[in-house]
Amino acid sequence: MTDLYTSQRAMRRMRKQAMDRGVVAVLDVGTSKIACLVLRFDGPEKFRASEGVGSLAGQSSFRVIGAATTRSRGVHFGEIDTMQETERAIRTAVQAAQKMGNVRVDHVIATFAGARPRSYGLDGQIELADNAVTDGDVARVLAACTVPDFGDAREVLHAQPVNFAIDHRSGLADPRGQMGNRLAADMHLLTVDRSVLENLLYCIKRCDLELAGVASSAYVSGISALVEDEQELGSACIDLGGGATGISIFIKKHMIYADSVRIGGEHISLDISKGLQIPLATAERIKTFYGGVVATGMDDREIIEIGGDTGDWEHDRRTVSRAELIGIMRPRVEEILEEVRTRLDAAGFDHLPAQQIVLTGGGSQIPGLDGLASRILGQQVRLGRPLRVQGLPQAATGPAFASAVGLCLFAAHPQDEWWDFDIPADGYPARSFKRAVKWFKENW
Amino acid sequence: MRSLIRRGKQNSEAGSPANASSRKRRKSRAAHDPAPSRLSYRLSRLWLTPSFRRMLRLGVPLALVSGAAVFWFHDATRRQAVTDRVAEIRRTIEERPEFMVRMMAIDGATPKLGQAVRGLVPLNFPISSFDLDLEEMRTRIERLDAVARAQIRVRPGGLLHIQVTERVPEVIWRVGDALYLLDREGHPVDRLDTRTDRPDLPLMAGVGAHEQVVEALDLFSAADPLEDRLRGVVRVGERRWDVVLDREQRIMLPEAGAVAALERVIALDQAQDMLGRDLSTVDIRNPARPTLRLTDFAVSEMRRMQSLQVGAYR
Repeated sequence: MTDLYTSQRAMRRMRKQAMDRGVVAVLDVGTSKIACLVLRFDGPEKFRASEGVGSLAGQSSFRVIGAATTRSRGVHFGEIDTMQETERAIRTAVQAAQKMGNVRVDHVIATFAGARPRSYGLDGQIELADNAVTDGDVARVLAACTVPDFGDAREVLHAQPVNFAIDHRSGLADPRGQMGNRLAADMHLLTVDRSVLENLLYCIKRCDLELAGVASSAYVSGISALVEDEQELGSACIDLGGGATGISIFIKKHMIYADSVRIGGEHISLDISKGLQIPLATAERIKTFYGGVVATGMDDREIIEIGGDTGDWEHDRRTVSRAELIGIMRPRVEEILEEVRTRLDAAGFDHLPAQQIVLTGGGSQIPGLDGLASRILGQQVRLGRPLRVQGLPQAATGPAFASAVGLCLFAAHPQDEWWDFDIPADGYPARSFKRAVKWFKENW
Repeated sequence: MRSLIRRGKQNSEAGSPANASSRKRRKSRAAHDPAPSRLSYRLSRLWLTPSFRRMLRLGVPLALVSGAAVFWFHDATRRQAVTDRVAEIRRTIEERPEFMVRMMAIDGATPKLGQAVRGLVPLNFPISSFDLDLEEMRTRIERLDAVARAQIRVRPGGLLHIQVTERVPEVIWRVGDALYLLDREGHPVDRLDTRTDRPDLPLMAGVGAHEQVVEALDLFSAADPLEDRLRGVVRVGERRWDVVLDREQRIMLPEAGAVAALERVIALDQAQDMLGRDLSTVDIRNPARPTLRLTDFAVSEMRRMQSLQVGAYR
């Protein structure tokens, strides 16, 4: 646990360093595209004297000076599986964004959708030494949380305190300075596969970049696509990505659950490709131009030329009606949404006071998706677009950029995590004593 | 149908349709993958580094130029050629007629002093004004005793104009057998052969007299009523003055208030014709107790007269 602590702290330090230097890049490594935004932190908010969240949740502190997208290569289900290809794609995106911003970027904050995120709810409690709660007490109560055994091959990505309770008063956001005898904390822990994370780190390192932070794609797209009251009252953000669909549940402005379904927009394209026997690129194109999930009578008469390049006239002149296309797409979309439904049910989403569901990500642009989703997920469904941030090009304002924009917000105003509090002092002596004993045993 | 026509055209152009389409596809795939190589990525990052940019834009040209210059000047003959050339160009500019000085004019000096100044500034006209060191010439001229101040300027038209302000002799100072003319500040102006060459100037003597010329001149002006009897003043012990009159008469003045003391003596003289009597010295060194010293003859004469009077009474 201490290794994680130090590595995460190192990343946080790196981010502070990048902020001081004023330029940081955010990198969204997706299955269908890799987006890179270069942020410059030079707004008036950066030099604000007082503590706390600034106006516009700290967004006015930065502006986007470079943005670039490239087709992703070697990424499947949001996980890197051909490292050289992905590295090339990251290089392409970073170089283009650097060129647009005319600035060299050394620090990058990355996000990815896959790696099988798993949520754990942790709680811990301590007796307060003196009545007022201090920073040290917060660190102690977080350290007192019982960490489940999530296995060796997993790594903690987020560990955010979501709730504090003093004696019988619960729902405290910040317990510091308050009086009581017993402090309890709830923490949300998100773990991912270590190998996937390490692959990403390796790729970024190969591009001569320093990693200044990693975030889960589901989390950051929730930050950018959910409006404030949705985050406060309880809502789920469904990020329909290329290879994986991220789910994050927010309440009281904290993420309390995140998961991902390993089906996405690429699978829809693959279905079309298989069903119509056309190349994947053509299938992707037909999906984006003519795709839909609700067929009407009009769609029977809309004929799409699907073409071909074989030289066989009959084969190259094939056509398909839009209704047929919808007939291929709809089952897959339904499958995704039903999978999301089971995950939400498993997480107990129906117990939340408000059950707003926000669909975002590139897949949410399928016409008629909101109607289909409201049938499967419940009545309160809306399509979400990412927040507007300063300097973002028009081309990058679509829902496909929800996680990239969310990552900007995450960079500007990161939430407190476990490792932001100093490690409790009583943890140290026992450890170093053990180390000393071990050293003696080994050397004498 | 249109695509069919296009295809037909392609066939006629490229011959084999399969070949053409595959070439086209390869080309389009290459266009879709614009990933930079590691080298170009690193170079572009390097290019965006501000310090590197600055180095390239400023440092490299500077280094190149200076390196080339050093290499070129490494050869002694080239260096020599360049310095020669520079000297030659300099020479041609200096010797233009606008900068040449053809004659010298000296103002404000007696012919004798003018000759001395000419002797001090030995110039072969015409000469370039760049070769004249006016400041050095000025100090050299001002080192002459008779010159109080000199101004030298090169006038348009090639004229070197020297304006000399001469020292005005105010007093003659005798040191041993030699006679010197001094100005008001005690600076020597010239030697004098005989006293009669300048009968208009007062005479003074004594060691250190030249340091108190102003006081001496004050004494002379105060002694105006005695002018026909006045021989000169003598500095005694570098601290006080004696006024010497004819008939070996001497007025010994105090250190402080010499002029006032002299005026007192003159007042006594005017009231009682004191100096007309037969006395050798009027000693007013202590102003509270002026003393007279009579000549030997006068003393014996006075004694004689006193004894006559005593005898008469007796």
